[in-house]
Amino acid sequence: MSNQEKLLTMTGISKSFGKAVKALDNVQFELNAGEIHALLGENGAGKSTLIKVLTGVEERDKGEITLDGKTIHPRSTDEAQKVGISTVYQEVNLCPNLSVAENIYIGRAPKTKFGGMDWKKMNADASKLLSGFGLNLNVQANLDNYSVAIQQMIAIARASDIKAKVLILDEPTSSLSQAEVNKLFEVMKKLKAEGMGIIFVTHFLDQVYEVTDRITVLRNGAYVGTYNTSDLPRMELVSKMIGKDYAALNKSVLDSKAEKKGSDKGEPFVKLDNVSHQGTINNIDMDIHKGEVLGLSGLLGSGRSETARVIFGLDSVSEGELKIKGEKVNFKHPIDAIRKDIAFCPEDRKTDGIIGDLSIRDNIVLALQTKKGLFKKISKKEAQILADKYIEQLEIKTPNADQLIKNLSGGNQQKVILARWLATNPELLMLDEPTRGIDVGTKAEIQKIVIDLASEGMAVLFISSELDEEIRCCQKIIVLRDMQQAGEVSDEEISQSAVMEIMAGGDNA
Amino acid sequence: MKNKLSKWSQNQAFWPIVIFLLIILINSIMTGGDFLKITMVDGHFYGRIIDIFRNGGKLMILAAGMTMVLATGGTDISVGSVMAISGAIACSIIEGNLLPSLNGSVPAAIVLAICAGIICGLWNGFLVSKIQIQPIVATMILLVAGRGIAQLITNGKIITINSDAYYFINGGYILGLPFPLYIVIFLVGTLLLFVHRTAFGLFLESIGCNPKASKFAGIKVSGYLLAIYTISGAFAAVAGLIESAGIKGADCNNAGLNIEMDAILAVAIGGTNLMGGRFNILSSVVGALIVQSITTTVYALGVPAAYIRVLKALLIIVICLSQSDRFKQALAKAFASRKRREAAV
Repeated sequence: MSNQEKLLTMTGISKSFGKAVKALDNVQFELNAGEIHALLGENGAGKSTLIKVLTGVEERDKGEITLDGKTIHPRSTDEAQKVGISTVYQEVNLCPNLSVAENIYIGRAPKTKFGGMDWKKMNADASKLLSGFGLNLNVQANLDNYSVAIQQMIAIARASDIKAKVLILDEPTSSLSQAEVNKLFEVMKKLKAEGMGIIFVTHFLDQVYEVTDRITVLRNGAYVGTYNTSDLPRMELVSKMIGKDYAALNKSVLDSKAEKKGSDKGEPFVKLDNVSHQGTINNIDMDIHKGEVLGLSGLLGSGRSETARVIFGLDSVSEGELKIKGEKVNFKHPIDAIRKDIAFCPEDRKTDGIIGDLSIRDNIVLALQTKKGLFKKISKKEAQILADKYIEQLEIKTPNADQLIKNLSGGNQQKVILARWLATNPELLMLDEPTRGIDVGTKAEIQKIVIDLASEGMAVLFISSELDEEIRCCQKIIVLRDMQQAGEVSDEEISQSAVMEIMAGGDNA
Repeated sequence: MKNKLSKWSQNQAFWPIVIFLLIILINSIMTGGDFLKITMVDGHFYGRIIDIFRNGGKLMILAAGMTMVLATGGTDISVGSVMAISGAIACSIIEGNLLPSLNGSVPAAIVLAICAGIICGLWNGFLVSKIQIQPIVATMILLVAGRGIAQLITNGKIITINSDAYYFINGGYILGLPFPLYIVIFLVGTLLLFVHRTAFGLFLESIGCNPKASKFAGIKVSGYLLAIYTISGAFAAVAGLIESAGIKGADCNNAGLNIEMDAILAVAIGGTNLMGGRFNILSSVVGALIVQSITTTVYALGVPAAYIRVLKALLIIVICLSQSDRFKQALAKAFASRKRREAAV
């Protein structure tokens, strides 16, 4: 922090979408050279919109942006890049069908004497750049040969290589492993020492405290404040982000769990009897009782989501038996499972969950409508009542039910999908990563909803890669490893170390 | 009152209707009111407007079916060829070349022609939903093969038939109004009732926006796709009957030639997103009337035949621009800055 000169200032920024949605209202932000500055807030707080305004994706309605003392008004990402603002978005936006090196140097490829592409130099430069990030890749291979995490690193490498003054990292770590995150932080610190200003948008508070100098908090499109990271205790930060007392909210989750009655130990609602699906799960044996939150844990690809897919009729049972209330079933399509009162919030909200161009109301009634069938149409009036009920009950932030779901933030989209399934009045609710990419406040709300639903007698299958979340919510956790059941822990035995030991392959199995 | 008007203008069909009325108005002025004249001869109404509704019948029917196909994110470019097949079957049966045992029965010819359309639609739907071929390629198969099949049915000849009952499909009148109009009202009405009284519309929009998420929500996506292409095929067959009744025969080479493009255009003018999602059948039907009235206009204005296609294209550009929000915004901006400049001077 030797360099304290102001690099970027944004003042009085406002931006509305349509008449109803005010995404930013008189927001300010400032960034020094050689600083890593966290931009925090809940989903829908306006972080992404602020970034989009800065990078020219969206045009601001009002406000001033100055970079190095000069007013700028970028109209496209290209223009923003030319004045020195480079961005890495949450979703990788590179070209999967081009090579790694081409992706890094697209639009600014080194030329030979004759004006052709200097492939040799380009590939060599790309290898060198990536090795600085600890990546040794075949830079001539197509980008889509690599995992999303690697692609993300390549995007960051590309952004850092463009001689930028300001580097914006919009949730770059959500798909990275811990080792990769550490690598990224090294690079960020190096760039910071070179005098670059970095804006870091993330949901991971640990990372905020690990790497940033200052924090700016937004809430509901308004500016809350800017603080030195070292001066702001974590609880206070979270309370500022959610505008509520976080400690109280957190306690209410734990209270709900403590109050929760034990589950019904009679006949299980779902019984998996040695169930396999070719290539995804092998011999899974488990019961889900009503009134129970059953956690399903394991590494990516261990068969967590795949188990839910089989129960929901997306994948067939190739061996073994699936029983609902003691009756053997053979689901061919999700509708068969829905008719047996099973609900499933899939992991990938964007591609499997939301119907982006439809209203919140249509998104909420959809599953209930399919359950009722084509000819028993839910009238607009009934749908409106249903939508209003869940908007209120789940505190979905929207002016009304007519808004398109794609205009909502991730957390609110997730609540709408949850509402879609609650509307069908399910007996078994399966949630696959229901809180991924969602801010802490909404996360705690969803966890509380899940526990309360189980208290009211619903069976819940809870899949999450965040162990502490599973531990908070579940009474029993089944751990999967390599598509097989590796072990289970329940009630008092549940602890982080117990679960991790099974995951890693201890002797418990 | 003002509220009601602004509510109306929110409707997807509002601007297409305005454009249609505008075309009629321009025509009336250019022709000194002749365009609007409706005369009554032998208890039948005649006039340019009536012509638009009669001749636009085929296109309105095709546009209604096409709207749903496009709403699912697909397309059906085989409708023109299906029209040719339908006309060929009906005329061959009536003439007695095909299935002579039917003794040239007109009702049987109509039913079998529509069945052929349904089979064509099922074929398209099967390719799209089960084999998962891209819709434009899947329906291109029938676009190409369809006319060949039609020619096999007619042995490559142009068939002319002599059947007043069959002519009635295009040329008949009921209560003074041309018969094709009643076909349109019946088909589009039934379809609208089905879309609005059941959850069909919601499911279609859902499939068009996100087929994968629709499956997760319990919609049998491939079943609906099959149904949609089948309806489109059946509608095309009916349009084919109207066309062949109009020319009093079957001309496999020219029946419904290029009409699939007009149908897609009608849907686009109606404001339905061609990438799938939200749709409005009524709006597309008005779009079909606009496309038809453009054709009628260029004839009414006495434009030389060589210019007709270019003029049509120009009119389409104007209409599409008038539908584009971005263009409207840019226009508003340009006006505003000009006013500012004038004020500064």
